[in-house]
Amino acid sequence: MAENVFIALQNNPDAQPIIEAIIQDNEHAIVNESPGMVKIDCPKRLVIKRETVEEKLGREFELQDIHLTLISLSGNMDEDEDEIVLQWNF
Amino acid sequence: MTTKAKRLNMNQKYQLMTRGLDWETTYQDMDDVFPYDKYEGIKIKDWDKWQDPFRLTVDAYWKYQSEKERKLYAILDSVAQNNSQLSISDARYMNAVKIWMQGVTPLEYNAFRGFCTLGRGFRGAGARVACQFQAIDEMRHHQTQIHAFSHYNKFFNGMNQQSRIRDRAWYLSIPKSYFEDAMTAGPFEFITAISFSFEYVLTNLLFMPFVSGAAYNGDLATTTFGFSAQSDESRHMTLGLEIIKFMLEQHEDNVPIIQGWLDKWFWRGYRLLGLVGTMMDYMLPKKVMSWRQAWEIYWEENGVALFNDLARYGIKMPKHHETATKEKNRITHEFWSTIYQFSHATALYTWIPGNEELDWLSAEYGELFDTVYRPRYEYWKELDDKGERFFQERLPVVCNVCQIPIFHTMPDDPLKNCCLVSEYKGTKHQMCSEGCLDIFNNEPEKYCQAYIPPQQIYQGNCGGATLDDYRKWLHIRDEDTGEYYGSEDHQMWEKWKAQAGKPTDEAA
Repeated sequence: MAENVFIALQNNPDAQPIIEAIIQDNEHAIVNESPGMVKIDCPKRLVIKRETVEEKLGREFELQDIHLTLISLSGNMDEDEDEIVLQWNF
Repeated sequence: MTTKAKRLNMNQKYQLMTRGLDWETTYQDMDDVFPYDKYEGIKIKDWDKWQDPFRLTVDAYWKYQSEKERKLYAILDSVAQNNSQLSISDARYMNAVKIWMQGVTPLEYNAFRGFCTLGRGFRGAGARVACQFQAIDEMRHHQTQIHAFSHYNKFFNGMNQQSRIRDRAWYLSIPKSYFEDAMTAGPFEFITAISFSFEYVLTNLLFMPFVSGAAYNGDLATTTFGFSAQSDESRHMTLGLEIIKFMLEQHEDNVPIIQGWLDKWFWRGYRLLGLVGTMMDYMLPKKVMSWRQAWEIYWEENGVALFNDLARYGIKMPKHHETATKEKNRITHEFWSTIYQFSHATALYTWIPGNEELDWLSAEYGELFDTVYRPRYEYWKELDDKGERFFQERLPVVCNVCQIPIFHTMPDDPLKNCCLVSEYKGTKHQMCSEGCLDIFNNEPEKYCQAYIPPQQIYQGNCGGATLDDYRKWLHIRDEDTGEYYGSEDHQMWEKWKAQAGKPTDEAA
């Protein structure tokens, strides 16, 4: 059954810590690289945690800064200061 | 000693900057202030339930958009300074850019107009603010695309009459009619058509595999504006999904209305995207992904997951989605075959794919391609080699709803043409599919008034009744049209390659 959520980011250095954080915090994440772009699929739910991104980046990070590298996403989205969650509710 | 005021958190800021700026009118009745958000039958009990999950406020919006623009324009300057047109994979690729410029860029402008209307028309402040941001985004997309293409326009044909041919060229009524159909509906249908069906369900197919293809084909300018635009699209898609859920949660009477719109706009969007699929399969000399594969990922996987999620509201898969999936192995070949035969009446060049490309298509599409489409291309290649390049003498009959030439085949028989007729007020109207026929029959009074370019051309309303008169009326030259090989674009490209010491097509 089709159940993946996804997020796609530009394949550039700004996106790298976000991608690494997603891989660390989402055990079932699958990373698909294509030219210029990285698409990460995950069954049902995917979380991006500010704390993990900051750990990878080595400085403070505002989650809204993701707008600068975000290409696309799928799933019900919720965002606050600490995390962005994408999920399907079925 | 004073303590520093605590910063507002995102949610507080969002509440203050959207709801906090709104009020209930007292001098005038709210229904007079917002006269268009009830007549479609959508019932809203509490507009405050509508939330933007990004919680974007105007200060954050300016901050991020200005940063995006700075990055984009730095690259566009660099594209112009460094003659980046020389880095593309092949000049044939530029025809995909021409389709984008001629067909897609005007849609951005129409989206701007539509969202301005919604940014005023909804009585909920949260929805209004999101629509106002989107209107500005759409204008930005229109402008950045024109800026990006302006460099290519210095070198390649077919790009210098955008505003004229947007309204006049018969084939550009395909994308144009989609948006005009949406803009002549009410605000809730418009947002369902554009934010949900077009942006959430379908534009991933345009902005992700196609733009990734542009990256792979060395087109720095298109890749950059494409991904920059798509970062706004993520917000638009989120708006689309939120507004659908909001309408569904507000009242059970809304469910059948929304289902009807989803059925209609899924099919309209799918038909339009056949053109994008054709760009991917035929106009990217270096291939990233076939239409079939993209359909499987972005519709069969991601699109279906979305509909699974909406099932809890009683929403069903959009009508005729099975047909769309059945057509995934043929739609782009049928489309390309049609453009190939009519490119003398467009500001585009077409060609028969080279042997390596035909082999790639065979591998992607299997037996159907080898038995039906490949022999056709080989036959046309033979004719071309004999100096008898095949063009149709007349313009095609187009579908009264999607305005695509009636070339599609029966869902279960790729050898049989599908043309369905509906009679309304004594006039026969032709449609390409059950999907478009349903749309026509649900709103015949709307679609019987559609402006159908080939009919207008043959009635002599477009500069004269011959193709030659018509081309003049479009302000396109013979040299901008027809076969790619031997065209001015091709000759220029060969000259550049020879100057750079690269093998030319002749030598290969």
